[in-house]
Amino acid sequence: MGRLVVGPFNRVEGDLEVRLDVADGQVREARVVSPLYRGFEQILQGKDPFDALVIVPRICGICSVSQSVAAASALARAQGVLMPPNGELAVNLILACENLADHLTHFYLFFMPDFAREVYADAPWFPPLAERFRAGTGSAAQEFTAARARLQHLMGFLAGKWPHSLSLQPGGSTRAVQPQERMRLLMILAGFRRFLEAHTFGDRLEAIAALPDRQALAEWRVRAPSATGDLRRFLEVADALGLDRLGRATDRFMSYGAFPLGDAPLFRRGLWSGGPLDLNLDAITEDLSHSWMLGGPEPLHPSAGTTLPLAEKEGAYTWCKAPRLDGQVVEVGALARQLVDGQPLVRDLVAHSGGNVANRVIARLVESARLLIAMEAWVRELRPGDPFCASAVLPDEALGVGLVEAARGSLGHWLRVRNGRILNYQIVAPTTWNFSPRDRQGVPGPLEQALVGAPVREGERTPVSVQHIVRSFDPCMVCTVH
Amino acid sequence: MSDPLDLLWLQSGGCGGCTMSLLNAESPELQGLFDAAGLRLIWHPSLSEASGDEVLSLLGRLERGEQPLDLLCVEGALLRGPNGTGRFHLLSGTDRPMIDWVRSLAPRARCVVAVGTCAAYGGITAGGSNPTDACGLQYEGEHPGGLLGADFRASGGLPVVNIAGCPVHPNWVGETLAALAMDALAESDLDPYRRPRMFYDHLVHHGCPRNEFYEYKASALEHSDLGCLMEHLGCLGTQAHADCNTRLWNGQGSCTRGGYACINCTAPEFEEPGHGFLQTPNVAGIPIGLPTDMPKAWFVALASLSKAATPERLRRNATADHLVVPPRVRQTQQR
Repeated sequence: MGRLVVGPFNRVEGDLEVRLDVADGQVREARVVSPLYRGFEQILQGKDPFDALVIVPRICGICSVSQSVAAASALARAQGVLMPPNGELAVNLILACENLADHLTHFYLFFMPDFAREVYADAPWFPPLAERFRAGTGSAAQEFTAARARLQHLMGFLAGKWPHSLSLQPGGSTRAVQPQERMRLLMILAGFRRFLEAHTFGDRLEAIAALPDRQALAEWRVRAPSATGDLRRFLEVADALGLDRLGRATDRFMSYGAFPLGDAPLFRRGLWSGGPLDLNLDAITEDLSHSWMLGGPEPLHPSAGTTLPLAEKEGAYTWCKAPRLDGQVVEVGALARQLVDGQPLVRDLVAHSGGNVANRVIARLVESARLLIAMEAWVRELRPGDPFCASAVLPDEALGVGLVEAARGSLGHWLRVRNGRILNYQIVAPTTWNFSPRDRQGVPGPLEQALVGAPVREGERTPVSVQHIVRSFDPCMVCTVH
Repeated sequence: MSDPLDLLWLQSGGCGGCTMSLLNAESPELQGLFDAAGLRLIWHPSLSEASGDEVLSLLGRLERGEQPLDLLCVEGALLRGPNGTGRFHLLSGTDRPMIDWVRSLAPRARCVVAVGTCAAYGGITAGGSNPTDACGLQYEGEHPGGLLGADFRASGGLPVVNIAGCPVHPNWVGETLAALAMDALAESDLDPYRRPRMFYDHLVHHGCPRNEFYEYKASALEHSDLGCLMEHLGCLGTQAHADCNTRLWNGQGSCTRGGYACINCTAPEFEEPGHGFLQTPNVAGIPIGLPTDMPKAWFVALASLSKAATPERLRRNATADHLVVPPRVRQTQQR
């Protein structure tokens, strides 16, 4: 048995270390270490509750808006304020823009460059893929970065800037869209649609969103040459490397539901384990047994949780807490979100091969197509002249919870206000779920489970299979611990 | 053209948002930006191919001086806690505190650049009770010192160059690095907080589209109102050093264009304003923080005069979220 310590683990947001026990060319056990603690939950204590809107986006530069929306909705619940329809649309647009940009940033800049590594130089698919996706110099990254920067003009209009906007308020958005700007927003989205259809999919977004099952995906793939769109390129390499057999975790999936639209969200809320289940939010707890955190004997619900760092602790190996739902490990992210929502292709993929590297990536791209289609509809529904923001007072004693879906999964903020100040603020981020350590029963977190069985080649010290699995979750380490 | 300079980028106690903002660069986009600035990125945690052992061997060579280091960019605050150990951030794969790596690598670099307010002064990570004992590279809040000490000079002779902002504008980074690569940035080009004067000798107020409302003190009362944000909603744009409203963000944006206050995020200790970020503290209705360089008595006198003279159009539009009174169409020729 050999021991590998893998780090610095780059092309994930923030700092990550993975410790592996390896035998017979396979990972036997994995421990995931989040080596950075900043203490946002401590920084927030005693602050004016509205200061959270300045502080929490700065937890994370890549999920900044998600953090803002979670804080704003926790405050909105505490205030009992409802957004006007324009406010809801504007907030949805800003969050969808972040999620869309993040999904594609993950695909083009973080995930695909691993297939351009020299370890694959002998593979028949390597030369064109390496030319397209090599980190720094690949043609795809340059095209995408330019398209992404232009898409972010939507943030310039609706949020002032990205990351770290203060436009996201409990009652809506500070930025009322004017009539001429609505047209501009449609043009910006049309520009990004052109990029996605020409480069990412080689097809209409509607065709991607409507793919009904695996069979249809397989037929779609061969309908055009493999260089027609980066999704086809990925499907080819996924097939060649068996990425649908790599990185399976618990196959228990959760989504808080995303993008409220009046009564119903765009993406449904729920739990999935072989079939749909009700999601009981009261059953969320955080286990501190393997975290460098001081805690009592029992895991607590985040509304009553604490964050007291303790650097010397027997058995602990990470700053990350271990969130559990009803005591069980769950996976979150785009795959979970599309599965819970009932997107037929994703349901069929998971029924066939569960949660794995290939399915996580496909779900993210399918969701991207769905997001842009939804964003175009939301811009058309904006009514310049009608209100974008409601206001209300915050009681001196209040509770609030804000649940959103960031690009990489379910994000929750639990807020308690006393004497007009923040008494307690607890944050459970997507990668806190996915990259959690063992709990008191010794059950490993999703990534720790997904890494077991990963092949390790002779002489590899940073195994490429491990890199595929880790990055397939699109981790955000700065959110994870905060 | 001379050989490109080697740039190493490290991240510590921050959010990665300055790198994300850098990805918004246009004309040229990020990939072209490093080329255009005369730089070769030898490693960046979000952008490079190398992971794990490949990175460790690079860091080893740099630390031992076997490979020269031209530019070191640090993003994020430096975490000295708990109890001076730096264990709140061990660089993964090394079991060694990031502050130790930075102390060791910084003197090797020809120039050291703090990217963002966290790396410059501590920033939001040093907020509240500062649980991780966070500080900047060469400042602790307003006070010189920080991780490297007030006397630190990189091997090229400059102190740490602070590209402040939360996050930074992509051009501030690209163009500062380009100036350093061209040897066109001297200590005299830095302001008292060691920010490059070319970006920070401007005020956020300059070019703010709400300036007409400001002139007449026609103020917004609620979020999404069109009026000036200074009197009631916490805006520090008249005191904040940055060119946000003349350079613009993500094409057309800035904080005040986004409908919310400038919180002076380029300044040390912006994270602790001493009042709610979106409120303006006042005495007898007069804001405490007045515009830079303006004598208070004159401000009060002019403000009351201009308030009395506020045109109906501005008075009504200031508290609406869309134009309710358009400017009157009028013949402008003098006959």
